[in-house]
Amino acid sequence: MKPKTTTTGLASVLALIAGMGAAQAQGDLVIGMQLEPPHLDPTSAAAGAIDQVTYANIFEGLTRFGPDGSVNPGLAESWDISDDGRIYTFHLHEGVTFHDGTALDAGDVKFSLDRARGEDSTNAQKGLFAGIETVEVVDPLTVRVTLAQPDGSFLFNMAWGDAVIVAPESVDQLKTNPVGTGAFRFADWAQGDRIDIVRNEDYWGTPAGLESATFKFISDPTAAFAAMMAEDIDAFSGFPAPENLPQFDADPRFKVLVGSTEGETILSTNNAQPPFDDVKVRKAMAHAIDRQAIIDGAMFGYGTPIGTHFAPHHPDYVDLTGQSAHDPELARSLLAEAGYPDGFTTTLKLPPPSYARRGGEIIAAQLREVGIETEITNLEWAQWLEQVFRGKDFGLTIVSHTEPMDIGIYADPDYYFQYDNPAFTELMTDLQGESEPEARSEMLRKAQRIIAEDYVNGYLFQLASLSVAKTGVQGLWKNAPTQAIDLTGVSWAD
Amino acid sequence: MSARDAILAAARGRSLLVGALLTLVFTGAALVSLAWTPYDITALDIANKMTLPAPAHPLGTDHFGRDILSMIMVGARTSIAVALVAVGIGMGLGVPLGLAAAAHKGSLLDEVIMRGNDLVFAFPALLIAIMITAVFGASAVNAIIAIGIFNIPVFARLTRSGALSLWTRDYVLAARVAGKGAARISVEHILPNVTNLLIVQGTIQFSLGILAEAGLSYVGLGAQPPTPSWGRMLADSQTMISLAPHMTIFPGMAILLTVLGLNLTGDGLRDLLDPQLRRAGR
Repeated sequence: MKPKTTTTGLASVLALIAGMGAAQAQGDLVIGMQLEPPHLDPTSAAAGAIDQVTYANIFEGLTRFGPDGSVNPGLAESWDISDDGRIYTFHLHEGVTFHDGTALDAGDVKFSLDRARGEDSTNAQKGLFAGIETVEVVDPLTVRVTLAQPDGSFLFNMAWGDAVIVAPESVDQLKTNPVGTGAFRFADWAQGDRIDIVRNEDYWGTPAGLESATFKFISDPTAAFAAMMAEDIDAFSGFPAPENLPQFDADPRFKVLVGSTEGETILSTNNAQPPFDDVKVRKAMAHAIDRQAIIDGAMFGYGTPIGTHFAPHHPDYVDLTGQSAHDPELARSLLAEAGYPDGFTTTLKLPPPSYARRGGEIIAAQLREVGIETEITNLEWAQWLEQVFRGKDFGLTIVSHTEPMDIGIYADPDYYFQYDNPAFTELMTDLQGESEPEARSEMLRKAQRIIAEDYVNGYLFQLASLSVAKTGVQGLWKNAPTQAIDLTGVSWAD
Repeated sequence: MSARDAILAAARGRSLLVGALLTLVFTGAALVSLAWTPYDITALDIANKMTLPAPAHPLGTDHFGRDILSMIMVGARTSIAVALVAVGIGMGLGVPLGLAAAAHKGSLLDEVIMRGNDLVFAFPALLIAIMITAVFGASAVNAIIAIGIFNIPVFARLTRSGALSLWTRDYVLAARVAGKGAARISVEHILPNVTNLLIVQGTIQFSLGILAEAGLSYVGLGAQPPTPSWGRMLADSQTMISLAPHMTIFPGMAILLTVLGLNLTGDGLRDLLDPQLRRAGR
């Protein structure tokens, strides 16, 4: 027992010295995040934490998202689009190598895209690749992608974390040892604690400003607060306790970054389950909800009210919040019209984030006011995915849909909230075939109106992107246009 | 009687008084909450969240603007109900088992019961409670069952050891000579004489039950919202401890004072009811 104690003591002293050294060099950054990724292959799972660690840092795609959500060149330095909008010819950067030393060529691109859209693909976003007809290698640095029909969002699709380019040589071990082309290479993963990445000295583009970085997993909001206050970590992306932000803001050691995310936080409603199959009931619930109270009570004021499933910062967003304004009187009369004058009882299953747990208690109180009783069950993520997302065994749930531009999920009648409207599905199919920007915008606006008029789900608020960092950290993304903690542009101020 | 003894005796008497008073306050609050609370605890008032104690809200409001005094009153009901039923389960099953084991000392039955007890004792109680609620779902009922199970061996063992010494008494021998069966003797002669022990132990287990319920609720496995629970009030307020300390302090004090009150009552009752201790104190 005694020698063990001595070793631990020595180790912590060493860690302390190492920490001081790193802080002096200012080339290292420890960034906290709430969830640990299940593995590190973004092309074979939906977990957002995988993209947060790997996107842009380790893996890159043909195109990439900028901090403002714009689609910029990635591994493809330029592209040509045929006049009919069906053929994309990508010109790859020269001299790009993977972290294992092998060169990136057109064959890797073809391999990655064919793998993602293949029959046995486990890609979580196969829809991104559904429109691809063929992928051809023209020469080592040129790839020609032919689409079945014109698709205005193809370049956007290729910027997703699920569409990154991987090499056939290293694809089998991506889950534990990701090999990409990014500005950082994977170094170490202490499961349950942290992932270390180091600067890729052979990077083809602008080298990273940091020598190394550590993603530290802290799921407990109190522990996150303590770690930040003690300066054990340099930054925290997606800070879980909004109530603590004013304290960081008032502290000269720290700065708070408040931005927007692609996370539409909704009261997801099981449209296939009575009484929610009746649009009047869903409309009644929409009017029973007071969004501002939820934003103030659950998020301490951080968040933007939404009236449909669309990000408010997007140019095509239509503000439809007025259509479901807080009106308990109207809600009660709608319930009576639908045949539930005394209300009903349903289930409300809540995943762990505070927006869901706290928001759930507030919504339960608001629904009770119009006669709808809810039985609240708190679930862990694994249980939620099992029961709600896959099992569809729920009446109501609260969740934030963080994928960018995901209104297309309403076109799938098998998606967990089971909205089935052929007209909407058709509109989404038409949208895919349209590449004229003005026509696309019009279609997107129409789509937002359809789901708002059908009151598919209770639309609550757009999740804010809340990050805390030491004052000297610069270059962190304020907004979260995709699930990413892009450290390639991060550095310490002198 | 020396001065030291007098002080000790006075302290002992005082501890029962203080303990009973604290226990009464919280049981009283729980009973009153059945009929009346200052505010409706299901009604949220977000605009008035986290206000400090003031005449309108003597203990302030929580992060949803609910009155903390009302929450604590209803929370007392949750805690007391869970702990009371859990002790009931422990006594209801543990006492008959202990009596049976003592009546048939050394038999196979005795061995099975006592080794079964050892087995339950060997499990870390809170972990099993977490497992039960995780498997069967988090609810107050499952929390009661989980806490209750671990009360069984406590009462079984206590009853058995108390009963064993009684079985050698002359009046028990007389009863046997008169032809009474083991079961009848256990009920008529043994049980009344171990009641004192059981009451004292029951008070202690009751306080442990309240702690266990608070612990389970704290990790989200006890009573589910909107049913208030002291443990969950603590969990909800922990990230706000520096913003609104009253949200943590008051439910924490409620747990502390209730448990303290019950322990003092238990100690005081033991002094009062145990003839041997009473003789030593004199």
